[in-house]
Amino acid sequence: MRGRLRLLLLIGGLGLIAAVPLIAAFFDQPFYIDLLRRVMIFAIAALSLNLILGYGGMVSFGHAAYLGIGGYAVAILAQHGIYDGFVQLAVAVGASALVALVIGAVSIRTSGIYFIMITLAFTQMLYYLGISLDQYGGDDGMRLAKLSDFAGLIDLNNGTAFYYLIFTIMVAFLYTVHRIVQSRFGMVIRAAKSNEPRSHAIGFSPYLYRLAAFVIAGAMCGVAGFLLVNHTAYLTPDYMHWTRSGEILFMVILGGIGTSIGPVLGAFVFLLLEDILAEWTEHWQIILGPFLILVVLFAKRGLAGLIPGGDRHD
Amino acid sequence: MTEPLLDVQGLVRAFGALRATDGVTLDVLAGETHAIIGPNGAGKTTLIAQLAGNLRPDAGRIRFAGEDITALGTAARSHKGLARSFQITSIYREFSVLDNVSLAVQAHAGHSFRFWRAAREDEALHVPARAILNEVGLGGRAEVLAANLAHGEQRQLEIAMVLATEPRLLLLDEPVAGMGVDESQRMVEFLATLKGRQTIVLVEHDMDAVFTLADRISVLVYGRIIATGTPEEIRANRDVRAAYLGEEVED
Repeated sequence: MRGRLRLLLLIGGLGLIAAVPLIAAFFDQPFYIDLLRRVMIFAIAALSLNLILGYGGMVSFGHAAYLGIGGYAVAILAQHGIYDGFVQLAVAVGASALVALVIGAVSIRTSGIYFIMITLAFTQMLYYLGISLDQYGGDDGMRLAKLSDFAGLIDLNNGTAFYYLIFTIMVAFLYTVHRIVQSRFGMVIRAAKSNEPRSHAIGFSPYLYRLAAFVIAGAMCGVAGFLLVNHTAYLTPDYMHWTRSGEILFMVILGGIGTSIGPVLGAFVFLLLEDILAEWTEHWQIILGPFLILVVLFAKRGLAGLIPGGDRHD
Repeated sequence: MTEPLLDVQGLVRAFGALRATDGVTLDVLAGETHAIIGPNGAGKTTLIAQLAGNLRPDAGRIRFAGEDITALGTAARSHKGLARSFQITSIYREFSVLDNVSLAVQAHAGHSFRFWRAAREDEALHVPARAILNEVGLGGRAEVLAANLAHGEQRQLEIAMVLATEPRLLLLDEPVAGMGVDESQRMVEFLATLKGRQTIVLVEHDMDAVFTLADRISVLVYGRIIATGTPEEIRANRDVRAAYLGEEVED
């Protein structure tokens, strides 16, 4: 019963998001397509972070690194005249996975506050590296001369087509994370989060599994970076700023750590509230801040925990 | 005479000036239940931590089934067939009882880089897990969240997880600690059913449990084994009575 209600709500919610371009076209408000594209890109980033944070207990405070890597992969290739979207996407994902492998290999040996600080430090290094790359825009960033080209398969210049591409990826990732966390692999990282000494004692060595999860999450977020730079058509090192990492972290916490739909919910509520409040007053943070604190204090499982039917894996 | 399953020689572990394990030599024969007793602070926990691989000895060596395992970590020892329960119950509290045991089965069912199929629908995991739960008497509690079990049931669950790793040697660290009389009695009865089938090293404070279960007993005092023998021999040993049973030595 609960499961069915949950599934109906999920399908209803996704159906609503899928219908936004039609509704926006009807009311002649293309702005909302643009806004929701951005929201969904961050939902993808938050989904990927939730895999390691919510299920693996790895509080990465540097997840924006992969937004940056994905973005730079597209922009640097474009700068050199390579617009092929498949090549760009492959490089974005590959480079993100590789960077995640390096960062993860070091940071996963630590835990708690050290893990947070190391992931933050790595991302700050990448941020300053981005600033120092003068040939690729340096501090100011650079325009993307041309969006990724998928050879007629899909035209990213078409706002609605791009919207549905992002939507499809978001739903696919939502399902992928859902499957992963229930697989044998997912059980290992969740178990290690729950009770690490017990995991060792029954014969698990969680390190490689955690590292693999870290790499998967990095690669997924690299896709978000690929999409984000095509969305804004502009790349800046700010993609990797630590406040960006913090925002993604907050979306996960707001939506519900370790819940399947939470990160999407968190991204939507966070960014839409930001948008609505910013229209109202320039001091929107004064309202958003306390709201976030209230959710964290009173909704233990985030917004997803408030949904009837509940939302948890157990 | 056959080689003992577990063969500990000259084990030393110091914490600063305190030699918590001070030259322990111990052998555990295949099939026996070997209890380790000793007063508080005798170094039982330090010893079992070294046997399980949580703590590295400063000197000495540990052989298991003819193989030197002194340098192996906990997970590697688990794969050699050495399984432990903890003094303070150690289970996955936010998982179901069945998931807890399935995880222990999974840990010994090859690598876990399997990303897609739901572990819970995997018969290779939950069929053996259910069989073990039935064996320890938790068959009816499979779907309950482990955190919601009574204390005694949680201890049973931990034993079930230990058994699910198909161990050749069980290291049980105070399995009846904190249990009520009834629970404790049930646990001892259950452990008695394992006797003969399993080799067990039992660290325990509860003397009723020890004398009911043990084939041999080693007495640890100040990091040293002062005596090893059958329960009758230990009961009659004057050194043991002096060091361990204290005031009763006058009788």
